[in-house]
Amino acid sequence: MMLQVAHLTKTFQSGSRVLTVLEDVSFSVTEGETCAIVGPSGSGKTTLLGLCAGLDLPTSGKVWLDGHDLTVLNEDARAALRNRLVGFVFQTFQLLPTLTALENVMVPAELQGDRKARQRAMALLERVGLADRMHHYPRQLSGGEQQRVALARAFMNQPRILFADEPTGNLDAETGAVIEALLFELNATAGTTLVIVTHNLELAQRTGRILQLRAGRMTADVLHRTTLRAAQHG
Amino acid sequence: MAEQATFSLSWALRMAWRDSRGSRHRLLLFVSAMVLGIAALVALHGVGANLRKGVDAQARALLGADLRLERDAPFDDLSLLLDTIGGQQAQVVYLTSMAYFPRTGHVRLVSVRAVGGPWPLYGQMQTDPPEAADRYLQEGGALVDGSLLDAYGVRVGDSVRIGRRSYPILGRLVQTPSESAIMALAAPRVYVPLAMLDTLLLGFGSRAEYAIYFRFDDGRDAEALGKALRDRLRPLRVGVDTVEEIRENWDEVLRNLYRFLGLIGFIALILGGIGIGSAVHVYVRQRLDQVAVLRCLGATPWATFSVYLLQALAMGAVAGLLGTLLGLGVQALLARLLVNFLPLEVTLEIERSAVLLGLVGGPVFTLLFALLPLLPVRRVTPLRALQASVDPVPVKRDWLYRGAWLVLLAGLTAFAIAEAPEPWMGVAYALGLILVLGGLVLLARGLTSLLRRIMPTYWPYVLRQGVANLYRPNNQTSVLMLALGLGTFLVVLVLLIEQTLLVQVRQAGGPGRPDLVFFDVQPDQRDSLRQLIEAYGLSVVEEVPIVTMRLAAVNGRRIADQLADTTVRLGWAFRREYRSSYRDHLTDTETLVAGAFTPVVAPGTAMPPVSLEEEIAAALGVTLGDTLVWDVQGVEIPTVVGSLRRVDWRRFRTNFFVLFPRGVLEAAPQMYVLLVQAGEAAPQVQRAAVEAFPSVSTIDLRLVLQVADEIFQQVARVLHFMALFSVLTGIIVLLGATTVSRVAREEETILLKTLGASRRQVLQITMVEYGLLGTLAALAGVLLASGSATLLAAGVFDTAPAEPLWVLPVALLGAAGLTLGIGLLSNRRVYNRLALDVLRAAG
Repeated sequence: MMLQVAHLTKTFQSGSRVLTVLEDVSFSVTEGETCAIVGPSGSGKTTLLGLCAGLDLPTSGKVWLDGHDLTVLNEDARAALRNRLVGFVFQTFQLLPTLTALENVMVPAELQGDRKARQRAMALLERVGLADRMHHYPRQLSGGEQQRVALARAFMNQPRILFADEPTGNLDAETGAVIEALLFELNATAGTTLVIVTHNLELAQRTGRILQLRAGRMTADVLHRTTLRAAQHG
Repeated sequence: MAEQATFSLSWALRMAWRDSRGSRHRLLLFVSAMVLGIAALVALHGVGANLRKGVDAQARALLGADLRLERDAPFDDLSLLLDTIGGQQAQVVYLTSMAYFPRTGHVRLVSVRAVGGPWPLYGQMQTDPPEAADRYLQEGGALVDGSLLDAYGVRVGDSVRIGRRSYPILGRLVQTPSESAIMALAAPRVYVPLAMLDTLLLGFGSRAEYAIYFRFDDGRDAEALGKALRDRLRPLRVGVDTVEEIRENWDEVLRNLYRFLGLIGFIALILGGIGIGSAVHVYVRQRLDQVAVLRCLGATPWATFSVYLLQALAMGAVAGLLGTLLGLGVQALLARLLVNFLPLEVTLEIERSAVLLGLVGGPVFTLLFALLPLLPVRRVTPLRALQASVDPVPVKRDWLYRGAWLVLLAGLTAFAIAEAPEPWMGVAYALGLILVLGGLVLLARGLTSLLRRIMPTYWPYVLRQGVANLYRPNNQTSVLMLALGLGTFLVVLVLLIEQTLLVQVRQAGGPGRPDLVFFDVQPDQRDSLRQLIEAYGLSVVEEVPIVTMRLAAVNGRRIADQLADTTVRLGWAFRREYRSSYRDHLTDTETLVAGAFTPVVAPGTAMPPVSLEEEIAAALGVTLGDTLVWDVQGVEIPTVVGSLRRVDWRRFRTNFFVLFPRGVLEAAPQMYVLLVQAGEAAPQVQRAAVEAFPSVSTIDLRLVLQVADEIFQQVARVLHFMALFSVLTGIIVLLGATTVSRVAREEETILLKTLGASRRQVLQITMVEYGLLGTLAALAGVLLASGSATLLAAGVFDTAPAEPLWVLPVALLGAAGLTLGIGLLSNRRVYNRLALDVLRAAG
């Protein structure tokens, strides 16, 4: 099992009020599986993604990533695990503004002390069609180009699982479609487990499984794409 | 299987370099805040080390001999001993007397050095012409301080009269081995041959000091000899000085001098540190998103922290390097300012210890101040990359953050203790500084909070927005208040203390008060001198008899016995010669603090009560009822302590440690001091008196004030020089803070323009913000400086503080103007940016 989530609950203290963002969420994702987490704004999608990737710790419940219980690991161990197993794609691209495209892609491998990071990063940038933009800074790139750099960075360490948070949310339809295609193509080639958080139903439908959240609870875990629309409106 | 956290220094270095792209010019501005503080440190330590080397190399010349014996009586009774000691010898008699320059008609109280033999035995007197240093002894001429010759327009070749003798002036004195130029300013020196000195000046009542200088070329251990002589000659009241002692004394003087200056320079370092700390705070806040991304990608908290730590260290290293280079350049300037205070020839070399201090001090001080804003980087959660609203975990629960505060305070206190002449001064200084800084921050917060509460909603928008900028997020109010407030505080404090001291000096005079003093007046000269004074239409305000005496016993213990006992160390108060007086009243400069003052006793009273000045009583360890036996020129007079007085020594009056009632000393050999209110007639009366009574000396109050002013100016110049480092640092911090503020506010300003604000309105908002900030900071600085000046005046200078009214408006205008100018300058690009830019930025 690549990702296993059991009875996950996350609450926040807001003044004297306790806010429950996620409540008793359980599911698991097998290796190589692609799935989407959908739900309205404020349903807890991004919080769930953060917990699954070890960016935060749950109030209760467990998360196993590739067999590692994230809830018992300290911050450094989770960071090391993220670096080795996880790739990220963000809605707002999140490239480091002071690094060139090439340097941005190299960072995950450099953190491992990989001396061949440059060659592999260049190959990845060529693969996403940015061979001629390698030495440009993020502000010199369009949104679509920035997200392509982010995709290359996400695959740099050959992650076992890729978390994508609204990967096309900040792009126009045309560019979004290109990025979407690239994401699935790279994922298929690498055989990476893919977890996408999105509002975009079309994007969600391209995954093999859809998890639906409402007000912090999992309301549907749909394997068959065609039943999604019914579940959405039901 | 537990994962291993990855961290490599090379990655951190690479990331630190990459991350600094686009901010390097800004980082350089922050760095420059620290440069001046480091430069002050390096310059002071460099000069200090060079001076110490100078003392080591010139210690013999500073004494002018291998050994010196001194006392306040001739050495005639010790001639056999002097012969036994042998070596090359020279005698110098030190006394004060009037010098009269017949060609110009000027008279002036001077320090006369009557030299017998080839003095100095080490080092050389520098004169103009150079050969005059040798000729004056052979030809019976005089060497006169250059400053005195210049002041009176006297030339080499003129003559000077001292006592009843006239000497041709053979040369101007440029420098002697053991005396500084500033000493010459206070008491100009005239060197004459001892054989030619008017013996009248050494007669009864003379305050001459006698010294015998020795030079041994036979390899003798002068230190051991000095030690042996010291014990043997103590009962004879002979002081013994050796080269080692002189070296130690000067070492201590110099250490205290440059440490004191170091404490002033230290403020520049702290200001720079605050500037860097605040800049790093804003710099780090702007990078929280990037930190979160790095954390997502697998960087550990310490790895991301190390990226920014390395940047701070690099900034510190650059500050250290630039500061060291600047400090080495500045040390020549500082040495030139100090040279007047020291009798040393200073050869400036690059001091390795000073260079090391600068190079290490840069990163260390930067780190001390940067650590606090850097530590929250560790607490940035990677979740922030997904949800921008997530802030770092509050620092309140971070024990490392608390530790960093402790390290900062302890580090600064330790440095202050190391720099201060005495450890308690370092602690007091550090505490004072923390209080001032804390006071400024509290005042800043208090004043802005007050403004926030009382600001009426009907005020024009630009006014409300400008005021609101002081407390809205991303404000730089605290750091600007610290930089401006501390700068204003320092400048105003130095100014107020200077004014206080000047007023204190000037208070000595004033209308209706005596301004001319005649002293060393013999009884047979008294009436003729009075007549001479009255011939000028002046009258003697006060006539004071003076009787010289020594202590023979205190509470039954004989001083002579104790002097002979080498196990007893007797203070100066027991050994000194007292110049006492008698009268039947207290003056307005005296206050009775204990006992009752007895005005008169019947002749022959067995134990007449005397009145002691309270501090000399403390030095002698005596109080009311204790007995003192005085040796009044061979006659012993037993007395009892009848009262204690507090004396205001700053007034231009005659005052005494020991005051007798009438009826005891009238028959004793005595001299008189005459106080006259001479006004403009002072120079003529002085001249006439010196011509008629060569042994009588006079002091002109106006001259005293002038000299005090001149000395003060020279001291002030050094203080201003050191304060300049802080003021310039304050301006750099101001520039840095306004730049930081601009970066944080730029987008918002453009948004305001998009919403319809005109260029003029944006400009007005900035003017309100910075104008107000400058005014508040100046107000806080002036208030704190005024409070500190009052405390210092009362506690240290024992006087009321001078609070000139013009200080407040000048400080307010200066600080507000400076802030406004720098604020407008650093924001100038913002006013002209197009509203369209905000849309582009968003797109």
